[in-house]
Amino acid sequence: METTASQNLLEDALEQVAKADSERTLDEVRVRFLGKKGALTAQLKELGQLPPEQRREAGQQINGAKQTLESAIADRGDVLAREHLNARLAEETIDVTLPGRAAEAGGAHPVNRALDRLLDIFQRLGFEVATGPEVENDYYNFEALNFPPHHPARAMHDTFYLPDGRLLRTHTSPVQIRVMKERGAPVRIVAPGRVFRSDSDQTHTPQFHQVEGLLVDRDVTFADLKGMLSDFVNAFFEDDLEMRLRPSYFPFTEPSAEVDVRWRHPDGTAGDWLEVLGCGMVHPNVLTNCGVDPEEYTGYAFGLGVERFAMLRYRVDDLRLFFDNDLRFLRQFR
Amino acid sequence: MKISHRWLGEWVDSGLNADEIAERFTLAGLEVDSIEPVAPPLEGVVVGEIVSVEPHPDADRLRVCKVAGDSEERTIVCGAPNAREGLKAPLATLGTKLPGGLKIKPAKLRGVGSEGMLCSQPELGLGEDADGLMELPGDAPVGEPLSAYLDLDDSILEIDLTPNRADCLSVRGLARELSAITARPMRAPAIDEVSAEIERGVEIALESPQDCPRYVGRVIEGIDAAAATPLWMVERLRRSGIRSLGPVVDVTNYVLLELGQPMHAFDLDRIEGGIRVRRAHKGETITLLDGQEVEPDEDMLLIADHERPLAIAGVMGGEHSAVGETTRDILLESAWFNPATISGRARRLGLSTESAHRFERGVDPALQRLAIERATGLIMAIAGGRPGPVVEAVDDDALPGTSSVELRMARLNRVLGAEFDPDSVQSMLERLGMEVSRSEDRFCVLAPTARRDIEIEADLIEEVARIHGYDRLPARHPGGEIVVKAPAETQTGERKLREQLAARGFQEIMSWSFVSQEQLDRLSMGEGAQPLANPLSREMAVLRTSLLPGLLDVAGRNLRRQMPSFRLFETGHCFRNGAESFEEAWRLGLLMTGDVRPEHFSGKPRELDYFDLKGEVENLLAFNAIDGEVSFERTDLPWLHPGQAARLLIDGVQAGWLGQLHPALAGAMELDRPVFVAEFDGSSISGRRLPEHRDSGRFPAVRRDIAIVVSDEYPAGELIEAVRESAGGLLENCVIFDQYRGEGIETGFRSLAIGLILRDVSRTLKDREIDALLETVLADLDSRFGAKLRG
Repeated sequence: METTASQNLLEDALEQVAKADSERTLDEVRVRFLGKKGALTAQLKELGQLPPEQRREAGQQINGAKQTLESAIADRGDVLAREHLNARLAEETIDVTLPGRAAEAGGAHPVNRALDRLLDIFQRLGFEVATGPEVENDYYNFEALNFPPHHPARAMHDTFYLPDGRLLRTHTSPVQIRVMKERGAPVRIVAPGRVFRSDSDQTHTPQFHQVEGLLVDRDVTFADLKGMLSDFVNAFFEDDLEMRLRPSYFPFTEPSAEVDVRWRHPDGTAGDWLEVLGCGMVHPNVLTNCGVDPEEYTGYAFGLGVERFAMLRYRVDDLRLFFDNDLRFLRQFR
Repeated sequence: MKISHRWLGEWVDSGLNADEIAERFTLAGLEVDSIEPVAPPLEGVVVGEIVSVEPHPDADRLRVCKVAGDSEERTIVCGAPNAREGLKAPLATLGTKLPGGLKIKPAKLRGVGSEGMLCSQPELGLGEDADGLMELPGDAPVGEPLSAYLDLDDSILEIDLTPNRADCLSVRGLARELSAITARPMRAPAIDEVSAEIERGVEIALESPQDCPRYVGRVIEGIDAAAATPLWMVERLRRSGIRSLGPVVDVTNYVLLELGQPMHAFDLDRIEGGIRVRRAHKGETITLLDGQEVEPDEDMLLIADHERPLAIAGVMGGEHSAVGETTRDILLESAWFNPATISGRARRLGLSTESAHRFERGVDPALQRLAIERATGLIMAIAGGRPGPVVEAVDDDALPGTSSVELRMARLNRVLGAEFDPDSVQSMLERLGMEVSRSEDRFCVLAPTARRDIEIEADLIEEVARIHGYDRLPARHPGGEIVVKAPAETQTGERKLREQLAARGFQEIMSWSFVSQEQLDRLSMGEGAQPLANPLSREMAVLRTSLLPGLLDVAGRNLRRQMPSFRLFETGHCFRNGAESFEEAWRLGLLMTGDVRPEHFSGKPRELDYFDLKGEVENLLAFNAIDGEVSFERTDLPWLHPGQAARLLIDGVQAGWLGQLHPALAGAMELDRPVFVAEFDGSSISGRRLPEHRDSGRFPAVRRDIAIVVSDEYPAGELIEAVRESAGGLLENCVIFDQYRGEGIETGFRSLAIGLILRDVSRTLKDREIDALLETVLADLDSRFGAKLRG
């Protein structure tokens, strides 16, 4: 009689558990049967009133029913929780192909982008970066670099002057004088920076940027210069370009050379020779001016235009675009 | 320097065509800029002769000519005003294609058949004279192809010479070079001394021998200044870009091209007394050949007579003594002027002459007599005349000396990194016209007088390298000993700033280092701006004192290009004439305008405000602030919004400013939306601390929030600083999480909610010590700022 009662109760409870369609209704079922005033709890409470010989068996039955019910509730609970989560996740579904939300990307100026690459390569070649002022005096910009006082080479530099006779440096070569005077030899530097010439047309801007290099040591030869430059050019352009040196003239180097590379069109075919930099063996007068003995030391120097390298590398066809600062142009290089 | 390939070929039979010579010259340091054919192909154009001229029956301006040419006479209808019987002119025969693309076909002009065309200079691409038919000399052989007659199968090499190679500004110099490169002999034309036929000389006084140590003159009487210059000479001059101006001037120009000696000819009748070579006197004026009246500076050298200046030495002659068609007697001048005396003078007078170009680079100081003999011979051949003796005034002490230069084989090999054979070195030097004497492993070298650039051993090393060929010298790739040099870790530098700002959405720009004074004044930044002595324009007249003008200019232009939102930055040098010294400093400038982020479907983006800018600055400082205490304080700068301007201090020293651009300025610049700008001293923000690890602690942190009411006069920065001081070492962080003004708070006050995060690395904090600490903080805030706990 008692047995049947707990069995019936359990069946009824399991049926209700199976029907529960939410965590709340499931909990109501739990309370109804297993709560303080629940039906199964009531049966347990009534156990004490049974005769002792029945008490044990009835107790086992009720406890068994209770355990079965608890586990059924837990299982049903898991199912309901999973369904609930799935429903929430379904609701949270979005179109993942819609655009993201962030500030617009920025970028380096193409000339500086090229400059950073240039310096990277030279630093790997063991050159240290050195800098100097943009307002210079005649001594560092010309005289110490062996420009004769009235030489046409000065006129070629189209110098901007300040009223007191100082000037805007026309090249970053003054840095080599400053560094050598301070440190003597050996020295191995590159000097990046802005330079000025009073010239403005399609292919000239009154300001542009240079990297000048200087290596002075015992037994530095023209062969070292040639080898270093070809490694540098090929590293910068990630290519194996034909290179040639042509004799030229700079007051501060002797012998002097212009360096041409055989350019390659986008389709890979060979193009024209393009002048990319100037170089030479440091003129003995320059070494002497800096207190370095030209019999003991030799050295090479080279100078290149950063804009030129940026134009070649990124195929920019008009120098003036660099200083126009149109964002539509600049953003192409980020 | 433009030179005819065939003319050069007369001096050196190199066996090379123009392209090959250009290549060899370029690789020897004489850069050939262009190779142009002298004339377009003129197949079918012959020398024609007008045999008869009849008026056109139907057109006033046309004439019907019978023309003799390569075959039988033909009828040609012609409209040229100079068409006349007996005239020889280029005839384009039927089937000829002219350079302009016109094909000559039989045609009927107003009813009269025309079988060919008589041509003008431009129609053949031979000149600019479009006034009528190109007139050929009377002795031109009828029927001969024009290109053969005019020697048009030639090219012009245009050579861009470096300033040290003045010796190559002549056929003679280029020929010597070509001979050295190709190892073919040079065949200079024979120049004979012309004996004097009359005794008349000229008195020459070198009053400034340092400027002019040698002046050679010669009188030629009785010339025919109206004689025609022979076609071959006119053509050679033309091919070098010089117009024919009468026989005397043509000859002086010819000698200039041929030998490199600039010369001048005076009308002898106009010279009073004799020649004085002297510096200009103050107030003197002279009218030059181009008609310009100038007042030469006192550092300019003049050729004068006893009355007046006749010419500006080495630059340009004067009108008064110019040789004209009626001139009978002339004085030829062949002088050597010191390059330093000529340098820059032509430019200063707004002139650029072939003569000055050569003198300022340095003419061969031993050439003057040879040149005057050459000119005399040519003038007599063309215009007749009776020469006087060569008169030379010279100051040997002031002439540049010739000294030999030593070349050591060991040094040569050491500088070039090569192994040269002494015999080949000697041969190369000798081919360059150098006198070489050799003793064991060294040479003693005397360069030709024209090679004024050969002064030291390095110059000879270059000559050897050049003639041998730079391409054939060895190359050695980097290697050997490595010296490791890494930049300091505490130095972040420009590049890191750049990368960081780019990652934060800032686009780098590069503006001009020059701005206008007005641009700076408008921003109240004009004080101490350094002007240039020779600016390109008013807009670029002074050096920038700040990066702000450039940033604003770029912002304005991009806004006008319909870019509504952007962040810009620039780094660069700025300049200022300070009270005590001139300052040149490296700076970083920022500019932000528009929205926080681009348009998005999820909602309209917020417009930028001051705190967005400050947040970026703080972010930047977090990575780059040098080892120092960073603080911001309110400030007042004329270009910033008075209520939204701050300065950045590092260890109490000003390192920059930030804020909203003053709306009045923004309005004036047509910047519609608020613009936020900042500028920093680059060196203050390009270094950082070397980290040193400290225990972070395993014990829990405690957060306590307080809300205080405090007068608006106290900036939050000061309050936070005070909280830090009061709380001491236990305060790990401190945040302001709310600010409130309005109902319940007295006007002029605000409520600030501050969260204090406290932690001790070695133990758990006890409630009562936290309470005590909060009491101290609140008591300090009260005593310093009158701040009360919000009720």
